[in-house]
Amino acid sequence: MIVGSIAGIGAGLAAIGAGIGIGNIGGKAMEGMARQPEAASKIQTAMLIAAAFVEAVALFAVVVAFLGTGQVN
Amino acid sequence: MDLSHIFNSKKFFSKSFCAVLFSLLSFSAFSQEHTSADTAHAETSVSHAGTEKKEDISQIILHHIADSHEWHFFGDVSVPLPVILYTENGLVSFLSNKFGHNDHGTDVIEADGSKLVNYHGKFYYPAPVKGADGTYITHDSRGDILNAKPLDISITKNVVSLLISVSVLLIVFISIANTYKKREGKAPKGLQSILEPIIIFVRDDIAKPQLGYRYKGFMPYLLTVFFFVWLNNLMGLIPFFPGGANLTGNIAVTMMLALCTFVLTTVNGNKNYWGHVFTPHVPWWLYPLMIPVEIIGLFTKPIALMIRLFANITAGHILILSLISLIFIIKSVLVAGVAIPFVLFISVIELVVGFIQAFIFTILSALFIGMAVEEHAEH
Repeated sequence: MIVGSIAGIGAGLAAIGAGIGIGNIGGKAMEGMARQPEAASKIQTAMLIAAAFVEAVALFAVVVAFLGTGQVN
Repeated sequence: MDLSHIFNSKKFFSKSFCAVLFSLLSFSAFSQEHTSADTAHAETSVSHAGTEKKEDISQIILHHIADSHEWHFFGDVSVPLPVILYTENGLVSFLSNKFGHNDHGTDVIEADGSKLVNYHGKFYYPAPVKGADGTYITHDSRGDILNAKPLDISITKNVVSLLISVSVLLIVFISIANTYKKREGKAPKGLQSILEPIIIFVRDDIAKPQLGYRYKGFMPYLLTVFFFVWLNNLMGLIPFFPGGANLTGNIAVTMMLALCTFVLTTVNGNKNYWGHVFTPHVPWWLYPLMIPVEIIGLFTKPIALMIRLFANITAGHILILSLISLIFIIKSVLVAGVAIPFVLFISVIELVVGFIQAFIFTILSALFIGMAVEEHAEH
């Protein structure tokens, strides 16, 4: 028997979404940098900010999963 | 009186560090007396190891990332920290090892006339009678604790870590500020040369692009936040004494940091900023929908800042501890061959994450402040 919390599955699903998002951001930023290497530093900053916003969603899910399993309060 | 020569000398750092270390280590003698009680508990936990092993490990991991009333060094050596509680009978304070290390809620302790019970490192008022599980803690059907709690304003491990990191920041930055005053217009020297590129990075890559010509007023805040978060992220990664306190993985600390950004944004917001909130550029019949959304937006930004830092750092710590725990879950030394290099790999990634999170916290703070202070024509 597997014992666990359904919140873990939710966190996993959110990680899929965030993974796709961050993958897109990283890929497009690479493309941009390859096309225009002189703008690399600006692209990198913008990329990190965008990645932070995407990542936040996954982290919200992690926190919800924690609360769901009742381990952090 | 000019004290900068003291701060500048290398001997000062090494001497003061040793002094602090040894004075703290001398406390450890106090903790030895509870060794027998601890081993007795260890034996009981071994006897029913099989079924509860996995739960034990998740408990250990959560214990490691949580705050505590003592600073654990290794084995049985730990430094007790002062517990300060605001109870019904006023302030109560005692060293955390005064009543032993029993945190299972089975003993009632009496400090300055207040009856208390220590349950998993937190102090509660005891239930009038012992429950069926032998503790003075009552749970409801969901497992939540029903006991009332005194207000805990103790000097905990996180508070000590905060004080250490703040004193390091003060010593370093006051000393380089003095060097800047003294050596105006000359090339940087010593500590200054390490930190100048980072300070310039914060100014040119974080403050200027987001804040434009108004960057100067917000530089002190941005630099403070950046170096505070970065230093504490790095100190959290050190597994032994000066570090190891998971300070930026504590939601109360990140909440205060986010609150500072929120207050700065709210106080500095100009009429365009508030205009966006209360008269958004949408048809008037959308106002009942848009104004609440904009008002919620004011609060979600700092809340996202808070959760992002907390969850990133906590997740990193849990990941490292889980990988090490794999050895004990699978119960084979061979796993260490896989787990330890992986832990090293993750730790190196965490070094980068520590910097990136500090950078992101600062740049988002700058972005939010920039949104609050920008003029309409700059769109």
